Amino acid sequence: MGLFVSPFNNLLCMLLGISFTVWFTLLLVFIIVPAVFGVSFGIRRLYMKSLLKVFEWATLRIERGAKEKNHHLYKPNANGIIAKEPTSLEEELKEIRRSGSSRDLNEFAMSDIFYFCRRGVESIVDDEVTKRFTAEELESWNLLTRSNYNVQHISTRLTVLWGLGVVIRYCFLLPLRLTLAITGVTLLVVFTTIIGFLPNGRMKNFLSEKVHLMCYRICVRALTAIITYHHSENKPKNGGICVANHTSPIDVIILASDGCYAMVGQIHGGLMGVIQRSMVKACPHIWFERSEVKDRHLVAKRLSDHVEDKSKLPILIFPEGTCINNTSVMMFKKGSFEIASTIYPVAIKYDPRFGDAFWNSSKFGMVNYLLHMMSSWAIVCSVWYLPPMNRQEGEDAVQFANRVKAAIARQGGLVDLLWDGGLKRSKVKETFKEEQQKLYSRILVGTHEDRSRS
Amino acid sequence: MGSRASSLLREEDIEEIKKETGFSHSQITRLYSRFHSLDKGENGALSREDFQRIPELAINPLGDRIINAFFPEGEDQVNFRGFMRTLAHFRPVEDNEKNKDPSAGEPLNSRNNKLLFAFRLYDLDRDDKISRDELLQVLRMMVGVNISDEQLGSIADRTIQEADTNGDMCISFSEFIKVLEKVDVEQKMSIRFLH
Repeated sequence: MGLFVSPFNNLLCMLLGISFTVWFTLLLVFIIVPAVFGVSFGIRRLYMKSLLKVFEWATLRIERGAKEKNHHLYKPNANGIIAKEPTSLEEELKEIRRSGSSRDLNEFAMSDIFYFCRRGVESIVDDEVTKRFTAEELESWNLLTRSNYNVQHISTRLTVLWGLGVVIRYCFLLPLRLTLAITGVTLLVVFTTIIGFLPNGRMKNFLSEKVHLMCYRICVRALTAIITYHHSENKPKNGGICVANHTSPIDVIILASDGCYAMVGQIHGGLMGVIQRSMVKACPHIWFERSEVKDRHLVAKRLSDHVEDKSKLPILIFPEGTCINNTSVMMFKKGSFEIASTIYPVAIKYDPRFGDAFWNSSKFGMVNYLLHMMSSWAIVCSVWYLPPMNRQEGEDAVQFANRVKAAIARQGGLVDLLWDGGLKRSKVKETFKEEQQKLYSRILVGTHEDRSRS
Repeated sequence: MGSRASSLLREEDIEEIKKETGFSHSQITRLYSRFHSLDKGENGALSREDFQRIPELAINPLGDRIINAFFPEGEDQVNFRGFMRTLAHFRPVEDNEKNKDPSAGEPLNSRNNKLLFAFRLYDLDRDDKISRDELLQVLRMMVGVNISDEQLGSIADRTIQEADTNGDMCISFSEFIKVLEKVDVEQKMSIRFLH
């Protein structure tokens, strides 16, 4: 038995060895070497174009299938389920009372509740906040099961295509991406630790920059991220703070592969902690212990100390504080806007057709999320570097934050919301309801002079 | 994710809801998707907490009363049929519908039913009349702490005085209808659902 098996064994080993070598050489030549030098062969863009054609074909097939069976197709309406009237409380109450009777406009009428009632039911059907915390619905299918609504309309041909897609994504792309990711992370940890032994100076900074860029570029390829950078002349400079809208942890990789930043964050345990600790050896990042995060003054002090030192890299901050689904920008926390320095706003917009980058942290853990990312078709996004902004005379931190937020929302084509991203997990504050009540009371009672006249 | 929800709704159910509420096929599937996304517990029914998670509803002074309107007496779960039945009150009234099916009974979105919905927001104990106490409680919800008890009391007294025709110091449903007969209820209590 042993004699019979061994030639097969040898053959098997040889085949494995050859395929491994071929695999690694391809990887090196087409992906790692370009990443090191920052050039691109354009393979990813070609891939993106061909995928789009396939998606279009798939959508047509589904529509045809639905028409044949005379069924209705589920189409997420981009305009929403309802059309809301943008009238204010005051306008509407005046209207109702005028039509109801000829009485004084500042007196209670039983019809006053119509406004609250309708607004309440409108928000039950469609509100601005809760839909920002789940993945965006797509207009047409992109051959991923996780985003399909019309399962019953898929023909055999489409199923075969989908099956092919699964094989390609899980058996070819996923292992490839995992290899790249592991390579990228390992190189980052190893090289930054080595650089940490050098004395502080220009050489160290130069090398640290190169190493960081190289490793992030490998990670970008590990996600098959196709990024288009706009207005690179506005790239953040030393001594400034870069703010961007937050959709996922990948935002960091996307921005850091095009420029060097000082990261801010909490120190984690495990693999993340190892990476953080080695990164900080090569260049000064700002990591906080869990206990220090609550201390707002300490945080502010460390950030201002960093920006004052013009030799240090610009800080990268995500003021929303949590991941939003990339259809809107939510309230910016004012902490980073209180520090006296130039703000460099950056808008990041993902194209959801190739893979949804949003991290729904209440539904998926980090590992699950990364698996999803690496088994999608690609991550396609656009990054816009906006011109730097400074706090103006007479503007407080909150107004400044809102101004920056509006600029980012406008550039990225996102909805600008005043709601706090923290509403993902916590309840809304009572003060907002009290404001509504105050508004109504003012209309009801009128001003002090009106009251004394009647 | 709410996206897969539409495949969980059967065609027969959609037809039944269509007949009962008058919503179109696509409106029902989209509202089902919304229902599903609100249903965090994924058990096919909404609880009061699911509604309170909507920030815009939580800051509405009458938020709790509106949420209550979705739940039948004594229950604290509402399924999709119940959800649609309540939402149907807010469908706009279309003229050509009035002649469609006289034997089917009054549609859920008739002027009368819209007024009944509003009446029930005031009628806290569901005894078909609005007492002074109930009116005061609802007023207090709407104004918060900004108006004194005496002022609120006099507003309530004046309102009941003007509406009450049979002298029982309460407002019945017919008295309620009389007070609001000139108000454009059809427009103010309707939501424009897109097709």
